[in-house]
Amino acid sequence: MNKLFAASTVALIASLSAANAQTEIQWWHAMGGELGAKLEEITQGFNDSQDEYRVVPSYKGTYPETMTAAIAAFRAQQQPAIVQVFEVGTGTMMAAEGAIVPVHQLMEEQGANFDPQAYLPAVVGYYTDTDGNMLSLPFNSSTPIVYYNKTVFEKAGLDPNTPPKTWAELEEFSTKIKESGAANCGFTTQWISWIQTENLSAWHNQPIGTEQNGFGGTAARLTLNGPVQVKHWENLKRLSDEGIFKYGGPVGGDNAAPMFYSQDCAMYMASSASRAGVIANAKDFEVGYGMLPYYDDVEGAPQNSIIGGASLWVLSGKPDEEYAGVAKFFEYLSSPEVQADWASFSGYLPITQAAMDQMGTFYSENPGADTGIKQITLNEPTENSKGLRFGNYVQIRGIIDEEFEQLLSGSKDAQGALDSVVERGNALIAEFEAQSQ
Amino acid sequence: MKRTLFRNQLLPWLLLAPQLAITFVFFLWPAAQAVRQSFLRQDAFGINTTFVGLSNFKALWNSPEYLNSLQVTAVFAVLVTVLSMGFALLLAVAVDRMIRSTSVYTTLLVWPYAVAPAVAGILWWFIFNPTIGVMPYFLDAIGYDWNHISSKSDAMTLVVIASAWKQISYNFLFFVAGLQSVPASLREAAAIDGAGPVRRFFDITVPLLSPTTFFLLVVNIVYAMFDTFGVIDATTEGGPAQATNILVYKVYFDGFVGQNMGSSAAQSVILMLIVIALTVVQFRYVEKKVAY
Repeated sequence: MNKLFAASTVALIASLSAANAQTEIQWWHAMGGELGAKLEEITQGFNDSQDEYRVVPSYKGTYPETMTAAIAAFRAQQQPAIVQVFEVGTGTMMAAEGAIVPVHQLMEEQGANFDPQAYLPAVVGYYTDTDGNMLSLPFNSSTPIVYYNKTVFEKAGLDPNTPPKTWAELEEFSTKIKESGAANCGFTTQWISWIQTENLSAWHNQPIGTEQNGFGGTAARLTLNGPVQVKHWENLKRLSDEGIFKYGGPVGGDNAAPMFYSQDCAMYMASSASRAGVIANAKDFEVGYGMLPYYDDVEGAPQNSIIGGASLWVLSGKPDEEYAGVAKFFEYLSSPEVQADWASFSGYLPITQAAMDQMGTFYSENPGADTGIKQITLNEPTENSKGLRFGNYVQIRGIIDEEFEQLLSGSKDAQGALDSVVERGNALIAEFEAQSQ
Repeated sequence: MKRTLFRNQLLPWLLLAPQLAITFVFFLWPAAQAVRQSFLRQDAFGINTTFVGLSNFKALWNSPEYLNSLQVTAVFAVLVTVLSMGFALLLAVAVDRMIRSTSVYTTLLVWPYAVAPAVAGILWWFIFNPTIGVMPYFLDAIGYDWNHISSKSDAMTLVVIASAWKQISYNFLFFVAGLQSVPASLREAAAIDGAGPVRRFFDITVPLLSPTTFFLLVVNIVYAMFDTFGVIDATTEGGPAQATNILVYKVYFDGFVGQNMGSSAAQSVILMLIVIALTVVQFRYVEKKVAY
């Protein structure tokens, strides 16, 4: 017992003195399971590469939990240097001017090797201000694509190598699939908010809100009750009534994936980062990949899709040597090797052109893995397809789900549902604007 | 009443100190913080704070979502209370009539009480899951398309069942104890006078049980309003379209997920007032008015 105690004391002292020599940098993240293990492996790579800094990753739960924990910690002045925040938290983080250190500023101050031009505009655009300055470092970005069941397509007499291009085709294919009995339902989807509303808008070059979708400032308001969005929601309601579309639930749509895996639904719109999960679960059938469908009568469609996922924010109030370490760590994270490794493991998108080039062989060996990156780089992003940035957006996403559910239950029509998304959402945005003044 | 006299003036305070400290740290101080926060408007990081008077409360009063939540909570609390007390009484009467193996049945019926609300929620969520659950499969056979993800009434049914199921055990225990204190002589006398079992139940058992019933009524309403957070969070998360968004869940969601501290604090102040009212009712009436 005494020996053990002595040994652990020695170990403790040793680790303390080691920690004293190195500057510790806390990194709070929301990557559980295999992604978390990979993240730790990458961090270990950085820690082994030098002995000045040690990055300590801590798993804090889901995205909202991680963000909440970091905010609470900031209020108690116990904040980590780096926190991973999901894309809808961007508006909140950005408005907290005294609480964050913009990444471009950090990199300049620390004299780090940082070339904003090296990053893919479609990815970093989401996290830059109106002057093109990068505010947070994209870490895991993905975009929605279509997964389809080739086996069912064949049974229904469709070409298994041709995914639907337009919504008209998607409906036609679905009807065939349903009528032939190859599957019970045509398609299901994750995220009504992210995929069927925000990405639908960007993909058809329609504004989500004023002031460049909120990039221009906190005075922005939602405008996603335009004709294209209304038409789309109307269609989804009709297809749902006909049994062609099945709703997978609010937020990420937890029930959507099982419907696709069990071959109940032939097509599944989901994040490009779901690829590994889809492959692991598609045991009895072959999976095909396609871009999101579009309405061919809308001018400018398809434009480009927007990303989701999370980025790394640097919080203020830490000693200067920690920021030097953060800058070094971000240099390491942006390097083509690390990026290519992370992106090919996880299915997330690489964030730099160099990393994308490095992934050429991976993409050619894994057909369909490049659907997402092709889709976000399809066209130069416009004001409507750069992304979106509104305060209180976590709650607004909830409102989108609720109003969609009102539409499905028949208590509102598409126009009414989207009108109240705008009305209720704008009230929250106004509240946010008032809070941050 | 017996009075204990302390010679040392300090000693009684010292003996009370631990309890007072706990009450202060875990109740009074947070409650005061909530009251203070309810008059403020603050951004998530606490950088900008403005005093806004009663406007957080006014906003709630004008918010259709909050009024909806009040209504949902009322419906939910009534359904859970009626269902769990009704079933519990039925089971208690049945067990009370048994001669042998009463204790075995009692033990079995008390089991669900040991299950944590979140676990109970997950359990029923699995049973009723539209994709993989067993109940929708059976319901489908009789022609009912169960889907608590899109149907508001299905969602409410699910959370009511999950919450009431757990509480039946608790109510059952109290009813069994209450029934045992009903003197058999009264029932026998009524039987001799020619009253049937139904008449005996309503004219003798029910009035004599009223203290237990009233106590359980208050306890169940408090349970349904405050302790069912775990069930809601594990099953519907307040959806679909806020159909199961009870007040307690809304406080959590607006404060912790939405980062709207002012509104969340105002809501918790209102909840605090409701608890105080319920407690007053319980002490005033349970202790005094319910008599037989």
